Amino acid sequence: MKLKTAGKIISTIALAAMLGTTAFATAASAATLRMAWSQDATGLDPHKQTAFSSIRLLELIYEPLVRLDDKLEIVPALADSWAFADNGTKLTFKLNPNAKFHNGAKVTPADVKASFERLLDEKTGAAARANFLSIASIDTPDDVTVVFNLSQPDVPLLAAMAGINAAVVPASEIEAGSIGTSAVGSGPFKLDKWEPNAKEILSTNKDWAGGKVAYDGIDISVLPDETAILASLRAKQIDFALINDPLVATLVPNEASLTLNRTPVLAYHVLQLNPSRAPMNELKVRQAISCAVNRQEVLDTALLGEGRITGPLTMPAYQSDPETFFCYQQDVAKAKALMAEAGKADGFSATVIVATGEPATAAAEAQVLQAQLKEIGINLDIKMMELNVYVDTWLKGDFDMAVALNGGRSDPYTMYNRYWTKAGNLQKVANYIDDTLDSLMQQGRVETDLAKRKVIFAEFEKHLTEMAPWIWLYTGYTYTGQQKTVDGFVSSPTGSLFGLTTVTLKP
Amino acid sequence: MNYLTRRLLTFPLVMFGVSVLVFVAIRLVPGDAITAMLGTEAGLLTPEQKAALASYFGLDQSWFTQYARWIAGVLSGDLGLSVTYGKPVLDVILDRFPLTLQLALMAMVIALGTGLPLGVFAATRNGKAADLGVRVLAMIGQSTPSFVVGLLLIYFLSVGFGVLPAMGQFVPLWQDPLTNLGQMILPAITLGFAFTASVTRISRSAMLDVLSDDYVRTARAKGAPARRVIWRHALPNALIPVVTLSGVEFGYLLGGAVLVEQIYALPGLGRLVLEAILQRDYALVQGTVLFIAFNFLLVNLLVDLAYVALDPRIRLGGN
Repeated sequence: MKLKTAGKIISTIALAAMLGTTAFATAASAATLRMAWSQDATGLDPHKQTAFSSIRLLELIYEPLVRLDDKLEIVPALADSWAFADNGTKLTFKLNPNAKFHNGAKVTPADVKASFERLLDEKTGAAARANFLSIASIDTPDDVTVVFNLSQPDVPLLAAMAGINAAVVPASEIEAGSIGTSAVGSGPFKLDKWEPNAKEILSTNKDWAGGKVAYDGIDISVLPDETAILASLRAKQIDFALINDPLVATLVPNEASLTLNRTPVLAYHVLQLNPSRAPMNELKVRQAISCAVNRQEVLDTALLGEGRITGPLTMPAYQSDPETFFCYQQDVAKAKALMAEAGKADGFSATVIVATGEPATAAAEAQVLQAQLKEIGINLDIKMMELNVYVDTWLKGDFDMAVALNGGRSDPYTMYNRYWTKAGNLQKVANYIDDTLDSLMQQGRVETDLAKRKVIFAEFEKHLTEMAPWIWLYTGYTYTGQQKTVDGFVSSPTGSLFGLTTVTLKP
Repeated sequence: MNYLTRRLLTFPLVMFGVSVLVFVAIRLVPGDAITAMLGTEAGLLTPEQKAALASYFGLDQSWFTQYARWIAGVLSGDLGLSVTYGKPVLDVILDRFPLTLQLALMAMVIALGTGLPLGVFAATRNGKAADLGVRVLAMIGQSTPSFVVGLLLIYFLSVGFGVLPAMGQFVPLWQDPLTNLGQMILPAITLGFAFTASVTRISRSAMLDVLSDDYVRTARAKGAPARRVIWRHALPNALIPVVTLSGVEFGYLLGGAVLVEQIYALPGLGRLVLEAILQRDYALVQGTVLFIAFNFLLVNLLVDLAYVALDPRIRLGGN
């Protein structure tokens, strides 16, 4: 080989590199929305999937009987109307007669019945089953009517039915055992192709009974690095993106051609204490921790102020002013006094478990909390864990404290029944039994009058923050970034992307 | 027994060791496919629901039964079924492997195509400014992590020029070569960057050794042209360490470059195995790791054989 040859090789590579940066791929047709997210769905079974990333996709393909709008009010989906009767023990739905599955078959009451029976069958392994246990039987008197007979009044049931875990799937697909391998829904989009962790191709369902979508489909790319998502938005490679990391999201408005949508979400950031372990079993120690924490400082430092201080109830209809809760303003002197009263004036050491990257700001939150608790003599040892390991440890209740981002629901009962009732499925994670909380939850479950429910849950929230088994911090935002050519997206506190159905694409 | 036969006999032994190791290691990590799918919602399951899911994911068998079934499948060419993809593991791997192979080959071409000439160039100008420049460049190249190079490239291209290769919608080479090369060139440069630096340093020092040998002096004394002395007499003898380095590096690259694939959203083997671990997709983790180990062993064997071709003085087998 001669030096000239080497020179040729180098220039060929340089040329290829230039080609690479100029011959960039394919502008998709204007009628397709090009979208990106960093976490892909992990499965297609709407009854079983609980990860946000899966639900985001499945909400575009499947439909429940009712859904929550952007104000968290229950609006029609497959059902046109519904009513409680017989003291709240009978719930009747009238289906939309035009609703069809992607395979062309009509959505019938028999499909609804089969779907809920599948959900309730323990062999299915649907975690959401816990929300539907009051369903005793299902009747299908005619072509459009479904009647749920309940074993007890269950007001939160309707809100639980608005989730995609209560999606209606074709009875024929259940019989064929193909739920989860094929995706035959009745929603606004059909799933044409899914390559897990790479891409999804959705086409618009022209026969959707819910309305008309103004474009032909959505191409979703999975870009695991959110910096790359931002770069793709800047380079106009994509029209719309879901962003999780506030540090990346806040950079979106810097680009003139981009818009950032931010909506407060129901999920809450919390420092979970384990009241079954000393010294967190002492009320005064827990209260001292609550007083020592400066929630605003954690929010400003870890989340760049991208959020809102909250008590346990994060849904707008039930929210109270956080200032009214016990020690929501940092009071280190009071915290020290409480520690002294509990005989812990010298402080103690504890371990806090944190999931790596879930949320993106978890490590920063733990560090700020560590610094704040140090002031009252509590030495926190931060233990970072891969998400799955964290979940395993968390479910066993095997921690002193845990930094967590827990999911929210539109109904307080559905949101907290699992932790703060005596029979709650996650009672051993919360590790705290309290008669008052249990009784208030039961009252809230059966109360149909909204004003009375609000009073019950306000009392529940006040008591919970005072007993301080957990230290509620704040709620963040759900972010989407988009080109200014994308118009009409409606974001939701649940993080749902269903608002994409009203989008129009300008050329 | 000659060298080749001995190497081939160790193949199944190493593969057996790898299979046991990966089988046990992935099961020792806390969490399973159920918690991976449901997260904290797994706490809502009743014991009957847990049992149903455990049976679906094949977690209800003893480890020994699970291993025996898996290894029996492997011996008959069946690596099992991936629960995430709902497809045979081998199909998933073979879908992803062409990309990883292409990326590894492109990174190798870039690294050898630029690293070797740079190394030779620096060696022939030993101690001069040009040599120093190359050495500093190589040092920077070697000490900059690939994700930094990748993110900087993406940042400057998107902010500075408003262009980027389309990420996420990967197009295979045989479907559209131009688009494919557009998508692959940046990852290949990113991946080849540090490797180029290693090749430069190794080839420079090997050349310096060889250039001070007697036979080179003799060649020069005979009046052979400088270029001929360098490229014909010295370089082939300086290639042995470069081949060793390339072999090991290529073996690694065939296992997928997790960070680069992650940044550029390339569906290669590296990301596949990472996602499989996060999802606790046991069959997929086991199958992919076994496949990677096989490639690594194969490449190393080929490298050993390449020594003989490069330097006839080396005789595998010791005689």
